[in-house]
Amino acid sequence: MGLFHAIVFLPLIGAIIAGLIALAGARARHPGGSAASGAEDHAHDHGPHIHQPLPEHGAVIHDTHDESHTEGPPAAGSRLAEIITAGLLMIAAGLSWYAFVSVGFQGNTARIAVLNFITSGDLKIDWAIRVDSLTAVMLVVVTTVSALVHLYSIGYMADDPHRPRFFSYLSLFTFFMLSLVTADNLVQMFFGWEGVGLASYLLIGFWYQRPSANAAAIKAFVVNRVGDFGFAIGIFALFMLAKSTDFETIFAAGPSIAGRNIHVFGHDFNALTLICLALFMGAMGKSAQLFLHTWLPDAMEGPTPVSALIHAATMVTAGVFMVARLSPLFEMAPDAQTFVMFIGASTALFAATVGLVQNDIKRIIAYSTCSQLGYMFVAMGAGAYSVGMFHLFTHAFFKALLFLGSGSVILAMHHEQDIRNMGGLWRKIPFTYAMMTIGTLALTGFPLFAGYFSKDAIIEAAFVSKNPMALYGFLCTVGAAGLTSFYSWRLVFKTFHGKPHDHHHYEAAHESPKVMLIPLAVLAVGAVVAGYLFKDVFAGHHIHEFFRDSIRQDEGIIDAMHHIAPWIGFLPTVMMVVGFLVAYLFYIRSPQIPVNLAREHDVLYRFLLNKWYFDEIYDFIIVRPLLWIGRLLWKGGDGWLIDGFGPNGISARVLDASRNVVRLQTGYLYHYAFAMLIGAAALITWFSFAGPH
Amino acid sequence: MSWPILSVVTFLPLVGVLFILLLRGGDDGARNARWVALWTTIITFGTSLIMLWHFDTKLAEFQFVEKHAWLASGIGYHMGVDGISLPFVILTTALMPLCIIASWRPIQTRVREYMIAFLALETLMIGTFSALDLVLFYLFFEGGLIPMFLIIGIWGGQRRVYASFKFFLYTLLGSVLMLLAIMAMYWVAGTTDIPTLMRTALSPNLQKFAWLAFFASFAVKMPMWPVHTWLPDAHVEAPTAGSVILAAILLKMGGYGFLRFSLPMFPLATQDFAIIIFVLSVVAIVYTSLVALVQEDMKKLIAYSSVAHMGFVTMGIFAVTTEAVAGAQFQMVSHGIVSAALFLCVGVVYDRMHTREIAAYGGLVNRMPLYAVAFLIFSLANLGLPGTSGFVGELMILIGTFKVNPWVAIVATLGVILSAAYVLWLAARVMFGKLEKPSLAGIKDLDYREIICLSPLVVGTIFFGIYPKPLLEMSAASVEQIVANYQRALEVAVKAVGQ
Repeated sequence: MGLFHAIVFLPLIGAIIAGLIALAGARARHPGGSAASGAEDHAHDHGPHIHQPLPEHGAVIHDTHDESHTEGPPAAGSRLAEIITAGLLMIAAGLSWYAFVSVGFQGNTARIAVLNFITSGDLKIDWAIRVDSLTAVMLVVVTTVSALVHLYSIGYMADDPHRPRFFSYLSLFTFFMLSLVTADNLVQMFFGWEGVGLASYLLIGFWYQRPSANAAAIKAFVVNRVGDFGFAIGIFALFMLAKSTDFETIFAAGPSIAGRNIHVFGHDFNALTLICLALFMGAMGKSAQLFLHTWLPDAMEGPTPVSALIHAATMVTAGVFMVARLSPLFEMAPDAQTFVMFIGASTALFAATVGLVQNDIKRIIAYSTCSQLGYMFVAMGAGAYSVGMFHLFTHAFFKALLFLGSGSVILAMHHEQDIRNMGGLWRKIPFTYAMMTIGTLALTGFPLFAGYFSKDAIIEAAFVSKNPMALYGFLCTVGAAGLTSFYSWRLVFKTFHGKPHDHHHYEAAHESPKVMLIPLAVLAVGAVVAGYLFKDVFAGHHIHEFFRDSIRQDEGIIDAMHHIAPWIGFLPTVMMVVGFLVAYLFYIRSPQIPVNLAREHDVLYRFLLNKWYFDEIYDFIIVRPLLWIGRLLWKGGDGWLIDGFGPNGISARVLDASRNVVRLQTGYLYHYAFAMLIGAAALITWFSFAGPH
Repeated sequence: MSWPILSVVTFLPLVGVLFILLLRGGDDGARNARWVALWTTIITFGTSLIMLWHFDTKLAEFQFVEKHAWLASGIGYHMGVDGISLPFVILTTALMPLCIIASWRPIQTRVREYMIAFLALETLMIGTFSALDLVLFYLFFEGGLIPMFLIIGIWGGQRRVYASFKFFLYTLLGSVLMLLAIMAMYWVAGTTDIPTLMRTALSPNLQKFAWLAFFASFAVKMPMWPVHTWLPDAHVEAPTAGSVILAAILLKMGGYGFLRFSLPMFPLATQDFAIIIFVLSVVAIVYTSLVALVQEDMKKLIAYSSVAHMGFVTMGIFAVTTEAVAGAQFQMVSHGIVSAALFLCVGVVYDRMHTREIAAYGGLVNRMPLYAVAFLIFSLANLGLPGTSGFVGELMILIGTFKVNPWVAIVATLGVILSAAYVLWLAARVMFGKLEKPSLAGIKDLDYREIICLSPLVVGTIFFGIYPKPLLEMSAASVEQIVANYQRALEVAVKAVGQ
């Protein structure tokens, strides 16, 4: 068992141990019973007297602000589960940083076959661990944020009775994410890909008593499956043309696939372009890009640490990672890159517009995440993969910081999430305030903070790119930069400044425990220095030394970025300042302005507030028709058509006929023998003429 | 093997039947009948494991072969298993003890007869998979109808008579045609010996006729769209263990038949008719997935989901690529485990609440956490989550079919989205949310009997999802031989036309 085995499997071990603790606890609380005793209860319910629900379970007063489960003492072994999972994750994080240096700077890449998975015909798939520089970046991001989130959750989830289950899911997620980024072939990547989707489903629906959480969990999984449909088709097509799903083999086959055309609907399309588009569909689902983004805001139903880990720092960046991993293919499919940039740029701007008017603190950050992922895809489309990975890297720190910070706010406000009910909180929770401010500075690209380097590099890459969508990408990202600054400061101002709007909660607000604040501080350090420290590696002169063959990137684009007109370089900063000033004007100086604006532009305001009506449109054109068709096929197809004319119809006819046939039943043996003879003769005749001879 | 182990495995259950017949009636008789049935099935399972131990996976030929003269010249008692049939034999013997355990409490009337029916059914099912003579096969294959008909008709739900007759009518219709084809083949080849017929090149016309006749029978068994409507009714009315056997084993006889007969014996017709199968399979996948989405009865939902999954299997078989056929074989075994488990899960709550209506449940996880975990694992396997056995088969089928016909594979992949929707929605409606219905307040989690039933299936689902190799290896040689023979037959035919 080597270093990389440890990194990947320690979280799994933690997940299994915590899971067993959770199961044991659940069994202890709800002992099994025979079916008969259940039946007795059932009979009892229908008995003459009115059934009283058990007092400790049935009639619980539900506090609408209470996020946690409404019943039960904490599960036994909660502390043990926390310590084991968090401890193992910290070890994994430490090892990952060691691996980062070893692989990234010393070139010790590795490909280790763990186990044979599928062997059949041409299909040969191994479970394997592949670690190159690209993977190493993901390893540190995933394990670091995961370790901090585990730690933070010890405080955040302290009142929840289901902690072993929670920590088991968190560690399980981490394992799936690690198996995704260490994949050596598309199928293992898909395993991790759907595995993180499962973990996301479980964690969004963690508070399973809430109908909204269950709906959000299903939505996340199903929308992701729509994307995975494309991913799967991409895998099938690559296998057909390259006879393999291993990265090395398909990269080698790339040029020959790029030279082939596929005839679809009367047109010839480049095979590689179609494949890249199909694979990108998967990325759009996982990374919540426009059209497949609707699940991400709803995913905020999950506990806040989950939002930080899964729906900000790691899982949603899997799509970006996938495109970077497949950069040798995307580089040969310029039309697909055009589409990637178009979707990325559109998402960056779209999500930012929606973020302007939201009032739920987590949803604002969720839309911000959506928008920032769009930035990363703009970089991917521009062919500046390392730059996109740079933003992925810095974003993980400051977005996790913002989410965990907002979690601290939510806890302080007793599970209040509406920023309209906050205000003036900086006096009460100064440390959280400082952390949120650092996160906001990093997100909006304040000079020398992390986002400043990575986001500006994306905007520059878009500007110099030869992609036909380059100008569109540039304009969208610059515009989104201004909007990002506005909504981020709006959040800070409305939450921490001004007058408190809910005095009851305000008075009770208190700073979070240290176990939550320490992770915030660590992430804040990352949000400050991650850009400056690593800019040369991701977007400067050391890209090739660091990434080597793990990505295939146009060398010219980084040089071109360093030789652009100075005003381009200043533009994002200017947008950031403008956004800040407008937010300051709206929410500190003259709070009536936004109110009036919303009233005057009611239609636009509602359009944004309702997120461009995507959910309603999808419900109308997809969900309802499908259910309607399902019912039609069931009642009309199976019931009326098939059964009506099939078995039911036949049996009805048979009944009619049998009344007549009864008369033929004479009871004489020779009648029957005669009929059989006729039948056999007919059969023989048929064979001798139409038959085989 | 110096002793006829295959026949022993096949007919051991009948020994149990004999013992039960010797028992006296009454309560004691019922209890003893249960124990006799349990021990018989366990011993049968153990014996089949010996067979597994001695099975050589490198050989494509039939093993443990027994051949004796029987009815007439060309019609013999010929038994044997290869990599296609052995997994089904093991699946049958492995599931049987679980079925007996699952029937322990729910079945309280005519226990002896019930156990006799199940043991007889086991013999007939094992025989179906190991018969190497068409007449013998036909006897086992059709004989299996009778105990199943009785199980649904006697121990079934309220509409059991309608369901059992519908089941009988459909399957009988198919079998009559198959019998005709068997007669025709005997007429031409002078034998009903399966290995011999596999080596015989039948004329294109006879191939077409026989293919269609066999198709009629197997399509009903699978079941394929549009002859699938007996399945939801049969499942709904059957007792839990009946549903388990129906979904896990009886449906697989159709797929097994296609692999054993249609591909090797009628390659030319297979090539001609493959497109029909593709269309029917894809329609089945999309159609029944949509129908599953709107079901109100748990068993019906799972039944429709089974039809969709069998659509993948037929598609994979008739793609006739190594990956797709091996995938179809794997998918059948995997579905045998997963659907069996899902029906057992429905049985668990049915035994407690006596309703299968989805709306009658909700929030079960609050009282039945272990049950919820098991149910969720099987649900995820049902929607083909990687890491469960459900994924491996679907992946191999789709990847192998895409090579032959991308459009078919693409439309079929749409089913993967729908399956996620209906499976998770079912799980949410049954298990999640608050436990609000007063009738559910006293419901209890799994008892030890149920844990014993479900845990091996959980292990199988995850083990084969991560390490499918043992199962794939078992059938690899036979699958490759089927595909190779098929392609050779087509080449020969092309050459013949050329000359």
